[in-house]
This record gives sequence, C-alpha cells and structure tokens, in this order.
Amino acid sequence: MRELRRTGAFVASGGQILATIVEFDSVGLRYGTGAEVLRDLDFQLAEGGFYFLTGPSGAGKTSLLKLLYLAQRPTRGRIRLFGQELSEAPRDALPAFRRRIGVVFQDFRLIRHLSAFDNVALPLRIAGKTEAEVEGPVREMLAWVGLADRASARPPTLSGGEQQRVAIARAVIAQPDLLVADEPTGNVDSEMAARLIHLFEALNRLGTTIVVATHDMGVIADVPGAQMVRLESGAMVDPTGALRHPPQPPAGRR
Amino acid sequence: MLAWLNPPASERRLLPGGRLQGPTPYVIAIMMFVTIIVAAAGLALANAADIVARGVENRYSIQIADGARAAPRAIAAARAAPGVADVRPVSEQALRRTLERWLGPAGLGADLPIPALIDVDLAPGASSEVVARAVERAVPGARFVAHRTSLDPLLRAIRAMQWLALALVVMMVLATSAAVVLAARGALDTNRPTIDVMHGIGATDDQIARLFQRRIALDALTGGLGGGAAAGLILLFVAGGGSAMIHDLAGGAALGLGDIALLMALPLAGAALATWVARRAVLKALRDAL
Repeated sequence: MRELRRTGAFVASGGQILATIVEFDSVGLRYGTGAEVLRDLDFQLAEGGFYFLTGPSGAGKTSLLKLLYLAQRPTRGRIRLFGQELSEAPRDALPAFRRRIGVVFQDFRLIRHLSAFDNVALPLRIAGKTEAEVEGPVREMLAWVGLADRASARPPTLSGGEQQRVAIARAVIAQPDLLVADEPTGNVDSEMAARLIHLFEALNRLGTTIVVATHDMGVIADVPGAQMVRLESGAMVDPTGALRHPPQPPAGRR
Repeated sequence: MLAWLNPPASERRLLPGGRLQGPTPYVIAIMMFVTIIVAAAGLALANAADIVARGVENRYSIQIADGARAAPRAIAAARAAPGVADVRPVSEQALRRTLERWLGPAGLGADLPIPALIDVDLAPGASSEVVARAVERAVPGARFVAHRTSLDPLLRAIRAMQWLALALVVMMVLATSAAVVLAARGALDTNRPTIDVMHGIGATDDQIARLFQRRIALDALTGGLGGGAAAGLILLFVAGGGSAMIHDLAGGAALGLGDIALLMALPLAGAALATWVARRAVLKALRDAL
C-alpha cells in the first residue's frame, strides 16, 4: 500500500485505491495528413484521482483532452474509458459516455443566448430530467459557484470569472465520473484561480476524477495530492514509469 | 407522436430567434402557391378530359356524302339496329352554319353539295360494329364515325398538359426539398457553436435534429398555409371564369370536392415533407461530426 501511495497511479487524492477510469494503449493522433500531434501514449488514470496535465504550448495537451472527452478518435492505438473500449465504438454509443464526462473548455463555450441558469441546466435537460428535477440542483450549483444572483444573466453580460464559474457549474452539474478542464484558470486572476481549484478539489472529494490541463505551476502546488502528467512534443514524459506500468489494484476491484 | 412540435420552453430557447426570420417560410409559401395553382390546373384538365371523353364515348355520326336523299334509309337502319339509344339528324341549316365558318358566306353557293350528318347515341355496352354494318347495308358508302376519333388529338393534348402539370408539381416538390435542405444546413451552420456544446455534453443526433425539424416544420407549415391561402383565393376569384368556361365546354365542374380536398391537403403534405427532408439533412450533416 505504501508503494502504491508513492507511485500514485491508482491512488485517489483521498488515499483510496480505486479502479482505472482511463486507459490509453499506444495511442497516436494526427489531424488529416499532418504529423502526429500525439504519439505512443500509454497511461492509466485512476478513478477518483486528481491529475494535472502540463507541458509547453503545442505539446498536445488540448488534443489529449479532446481524446478524453471524446471530441476526437485516436488515429492509432486503443482508448478504454469507464472500462469500455471506445476507439472504434459506434457514434451512437458516444453520447452515453459523454454524459459521464464534464468538460470545462478553455474558451468556456457557453451558449450566448441562454441564461446562466439554462447553460448550467443543459446537461440535465439533455439527460432527460424534468424541469422539477432541474430547478433545485441548478440553483444549488449556481449558489455553490457564487452566482445565485446571476442566474438569469446571459454570458455576454458576465465577467470572465463569472463565465468561467458558469462553465464549471455546467461541467459538474450532472455529477460526472470524469471532469476534464482545459486551462480553467487561464482567464482569471490568481484569487479566482485558487477558488476554482478548490471547487475541483471539493468535486474530487465527492469521487469525480479530475484532469486539468494547465501551465500554472502555482495552481498545481495548491493541490498537493494531485499527480502531474507532462506532455512534450506529443509524447508523455513519465520518467518513473508509474503511468505506463501502474501497480495493479487489489483483486475484485476495478 | 407529435410531442416534438410542442417541446418545453427550455428546449425552444436552445435555438435563438423566432419564426419568419429567415427566407424559408417565404420560399415555401411561393413554392406552395405555384404548386397548388399548377396542381389545380392539372386536375381541372384531367376532369375536363374525362368529361369530354365520357360525353363522346358512345356518340357516333353517320356521314353520307351524297346528302339528303339517302338519309332516311340510314336513319331507319340505325333506329332498327340493336343498342341504339338515340338517332338525331343534323339539320342542313346547322351544317351550313358550320361550313360557313370555314368557307365564308361566298363559299356556300346553292350548288355546294351538303353531306347528310346523323348523330347516333349508343346504349352503354352496345356494339358499334353491328350498327355500322346495318347502316352500310342500308346506304352503301355511308361512314359510321366515332366522335372520339375526331376528339382524340384534343384529348391527347389535354392528357399531355396534365402530365406536364404533374411534372411541374414534382419539380416544385424537388425545388422545395432543395430549399429546405439549404435552409437546414444554413440553420446548422448558424447554430454550430450550440450544436458542438450539446454534442460535447452528450446530446444525441436525434435530440439535436428535433430542434431543427420543429423549427423547419413550423416555418414550412406557416409558409405552406400562407401560399395555400393565396392560391385558394386565386382559384376562387381569378380562375372562376376559367372554371365556368370548362363547365360550359365540358358540361361539368372544373374541380370536384375530392380535388379541392387534395389541394387543401397540399400545404400539410408540404410541411410534412419539409420536416422529413430537414430531419434527414440535419442527421446527415451531424453524422459528419464525431
């Protein structure tokens, strides 16, 4: 157990030993006929873990996140998500998986003509919840991100930080199993960045696996239990080999 | 089954803007207007052709070149033949009036030989050959001619115009479908950011297509009913004269109740077609994305 804690590949921030939620096996990605932007990615992420994805600009962080939130298919290799092979899964199967993934886009991607309330409610409505089932959780979530009084405001009237929080609220409202965030603190000041990371930590304590792409080492330092995954020129830098060959979980757990 | 036409307000808000903001309803209104007018013309022609054809179906003429002297024998033979319902000699005055239209008054001299003409109506199912043989025996050289033979070119022309009208309706339907496809693709492009977000958080193609098919269904219904109402007014007031002419010529109504019901159903059928086409176009476009 001590060894597992040291390597950390299957250790959630709370110290629990959990199953694999993401598994990349020799994954490569290229856009069109260009060079590979990601190559030979072999790693596993533990359920309930908190991961920072770092690397210089152009290293492929956003491309890796796109693979994680199923906006792209790998051009080679295999991806398992929630225990299921998804590299060649039919299109019709993907929405069900996407509903288990929350995404915070770098540019927020809020729907401009919808209120903050409607933006946050969107995942629940897409999942088929009734308005009665939507109202309470969305109000609660907006209050949680400090935007209870801006529920009817549209994104263009919100500040960058407020839009960021709406985007996060939308990403987490459906209690996803996996939260993927692309530079979520890139457009906010350090105080807001710390608040957002604390939101992620709170969500992580509830069991959600968090993957945050960031350049901000200060943010990474704020989450001592998190692991860092570094990409350089499309390849993963994993000097300890912990991500490539993680220890196996105890029998009977996945 | 039609619940998608009345979704919750939250779903309606997903696509910004109301109806009648784009050109789609107006394009569909114009297409529907032309379609209904052309379809009405085609139906009226079909009805006229049927009425004319029915009117002459059992009507024949006995033509005798050397005129009045042989006419009584031909009339007697025709009346005695089985299956003859009516025999009416055409008066010489009526024949001269008809010839005068072609030859002019100067051409109708006293020495102009006027053939004898006798109209014969057969009972339904009667054999024209039996009557023709009886007339031929009574007056050798007399011709027994079916009216429909002389009207065949006219009927063929009417049928051709009827097919032309049908072809025009089909082309209008295809053009309307193409307009709907373009409108659907335009709407998709305009709302691409919303679609991407919805896809990203787990919306199915069907959920997204439903938004657009509802929008286009309402646009098509609005445009179709508008175009249909305008066409209805034209048919009622402007084409009334044409209808009366067809009535006078053919002896029947230009459009029957069934035809009117069919024309009234066109806007609804158009809206249904537009909805289906839009849904197919949206689903096809969405399939190109992951």
